[in-house]
Amino acid sequence: MSEYGFGNPEVVEEEVDILIIGGGMAACGCAFEIMRWADAAKAQGADLNIKLVDKAALDRSGAVAQGLSAINTYMGENDPADYVRYVRGDLMGITREDLVYDTGRHVDDSVHHFEEWGLPVWKRPGDEGKPLTEGGKPVRSGKWQIMINGESYKWIVAEAAKKSLGSERIQERVFIARLLNDKNDPGRIAGAAGFSVREDKVYIYKFKACLLVCGGAVNVFRPRSVGEGLGRAWYPVWNAGSTYSMAAEAGAELTLMENRFVPARFKDGYGPVGAWFLLFKAKSMNAMGEDYQEKNAHMLAKAGYDKYAKGHKMGTCLRNHLMMHEMKEGRGPIFIDTPTALAKLAETMTPKEIKHLEAEAWEDFLDMTIAQCGVWAGENIEPDKQMSELMPTEPYLLGSHAGCAGMWCSGPEDIPGTPDHYHWGYNRMTTVRGLFTGGDGVGASGHKFSSGSHTEGRIAAKSMVKYVLDNRDIKPELDRSVEDIVAEIYQPVMNFLENKDYTTSIDINPHYITPRMFQFRLQKVMDEYVAGVSTMYQTNKTMLEVAERKLGMLREDSLKLRAKDLHELLRAWENYHRLLAAYAHMKHIQFREETRYPGYYYRADYLAIDDDNWKCFVNSTYDRQSGEWSLKKVKYVQLIKPADDEPQAMQHPGADI
Amino acid sequence: MPTFVRTDKCDGCKGQDRTACMYICPHDLMMLDRDGSVTGHPMKAFNQEPEQCWECYACVKVCPHQAIEARHYADIVPMGASVQPLRGDNSIIWTIRFRNGNMKRFKFPIRTTQEGSVQPYNNKPEAVFDEIGDHSTLFTKGTHSCDTSQFSAG
Repeated sequence: MSEYGFGNPEVVEEEVDILIIGGGMAACGCAFEIMRWADAAKAQGADLNIKLVDKAALDRSGAVAQGLSAINTYMGENDPADYVRYVRGDLMGITREDLVYDTGRHVDDSVHHFEEWGLPVWKRPGDEGKPLTEGGKPVRSGKWQIMINGESYKWIVAEAAKKSLGSERIQERVFIARLLNDKNDPGRIAGAAGFSVREDKVYIYKFKACLLVCGGAVNVFRPRSVGEGLGRAWYPVWNAGSTYSMAAEAGAELTLMENRFVPARFKDGYGPVGAWFLLFKAKSMNAMGEDYQEKNAHMLAKAGYDKYAKGHKMGTCLRNHLMMHEMKEGRGPIFIDTPTALAKLAETMTPKEIKHLEAEAWEDFLDMTIAQCGVWAGENIEPDKQMSELMPTEPYLLGSHAGCAGMWCSGPEDIPGTPDHYHWGYNRMTTVRGLFTGGDGVGASGHKFSSGSHTEGRIAAKSMVKYVLDNRDIKPELDRSVEDIVAEIYQPVMNFLENKDYTTSIDINPHYITPRMFQFRLQKVMDEYVAGVSTMYQTNKTMLEVAERKLGMLREDSLKLRAKDLHELLRAWENYHRLLAAYAHMKHIQFREETRYPGYYYRADYLAIDDDNWKCFVNSTYDRQSGEWSLKKVKYVQLIKPADDEPQAMQHPGADI
Repeated sequence: MPTFVRTDKCDGCKGQDRTACMYICPHDLMMLDRDGSVTGHPMKAFNQEPEQCWECYACVKVCPHQAIEARHYADIVPMGASVQPLRGDNSIIWTIRFRNGNMKRFKFPIRTTQEGSVQPYNNKPEAVFDEIGDHSTLFTKGTHSCDTSQFSAG
């Protein structure tokens, strides 16, 4: 037998009961919760084998790798029902209220543990050093947000996860590229396959259940920064849509994939605006110094969007909508008036307090968006002296921030009024049996953020243990042979090895495409036809038809992706995942004939919000064999009573399906 | 603002099978050039795909020799500034140098406990097996109070 090497990988096969795919907040939450339930199961005679596989290193993987300056979901003095109202208000009415409620009632416990493990949580004067669990009052930047010194947030949460699992259950630097269905029962998950990015090894796992938590999708659209700044995306550039695409290929139903998030952020560095608006009370303005939110408020009524606003309270997309109007009318740039905000706060402060305030303003970026400080320092901008520009970014697909793309998941059964189509037995299980998800993977339930994603991992952990115990007799069998799987995974390597000597230029070869150019092709189509920045987020039926034709060819060409080394094999698969996530996004936008999220995207041929026909979920499934997508409407059911301070549209019961 | 490695400071984490920056980079960017065939600098690390760098500073913070810095991405940011951390056990110190020469320095806490001291299950309850199907609680029993009058179905 020939020696292992590039193009001839060693195959490592392993069978476990539960595989956790990913290493971010949801995966770490799962790790913490699952070992306790595994111990309880052991006492009942069931010794479960559990493993976590991460493409990076747990200490700094996932969306919180860089750190955070705030935890955006903490109930504290608030009730989880009010949290549901906040989420459905921000996401234009269509929300799985059972899932959001479930996260809300458990989330504080995760935050309390973060603090216990060592995360510094800001406290109000007089409560310094007093833990949240002992009544310490946090500094709130908003009703749901609390401020932290979060440079090491992920490091701390990962430490707890690693201690919970034990290092023998963690495999780092292995990228899972494909999920595998069961040979005898295609509606069930049976395994996953991937490769090491360090050694010539293919990994094939068999399992009864898995948690697929690989984050959202970044760089599916052409970003505003196209040179060296390509990777300087708002959400982490390593979030490659793997969650959505692998689940779709396994047959899982996706929901609200038409949704996206377009964050309005400090221009070029993507610095967060939350603390500036909420904590420092900064105002934004157009080129003429006008408060465009105030000035344009009447526009909402003209387009019928006002049903989703109540005074200044409106969804994030509608705030974008008001800003984009100014830009389209030529009244940009949009500024955030940081000097006035800081000066106002300083009026009643001692010099020492002012110094502290300045440090807080810088820390907000240094904890989570260091590059913004680079932009400030490079352009000689000191926020107390000079205003900064704001800009709506390229679109992102995600399910944990102010967006709600993801999988259609079973919810808890104990929320009163939950309809049958919201649950089928196991909490956070997708429509594929044994396939669970959390965080960015769970659709129709945004605004969970870091803490809620951790919580969802915990909820799924408990539920997966139950699933495995209920299904102990299952013997997973993979739907294709090991040889076929290895050939699929290593196709880009073979494309390279078989064709590299055809030309004298490694990157220019008619027989393959580099992952980098593949990504540019995807980004160009998405940007120009699927409501990217170059059309100011607008699209229509015909543009989407053109996009579909072009994406179809790109999917055909995905078989010709090349990998000249293991690093490029990683990029090849990541970009394949991006393509499928983007495809789902395009199909959903095509199906929903209304503009549900003005300010995120516009169907220029259907500019209205049409509650009677479209206040419902849009769900899709993908057939891996035929490449066909099927889409359908799914009924929205309101579980939490509308409140007086909610926008009028929350009275609408949802479209009849 | 891709990261770069200083030739005068990097020692390739010699004697180890992988460098600290290779270990930590979430996007698989850092590489060790063992024989110098790629960079001309044997046993030193380099960023193999600068335009994919998120500038998360994970490699900068973890480098035992402070050999990694960031140069603001050249297609956007004017030259001459730098933002450099020194991360300790419980705090981080940032030095910000503006293009015009102005300097700022900040120090922030990063954790309240010693690294490695987390005991996730110390003084925590066991999971109660009979509650495995109960959605209203996790093993720690820290569920928030719930005002059930807010449900439409009552």
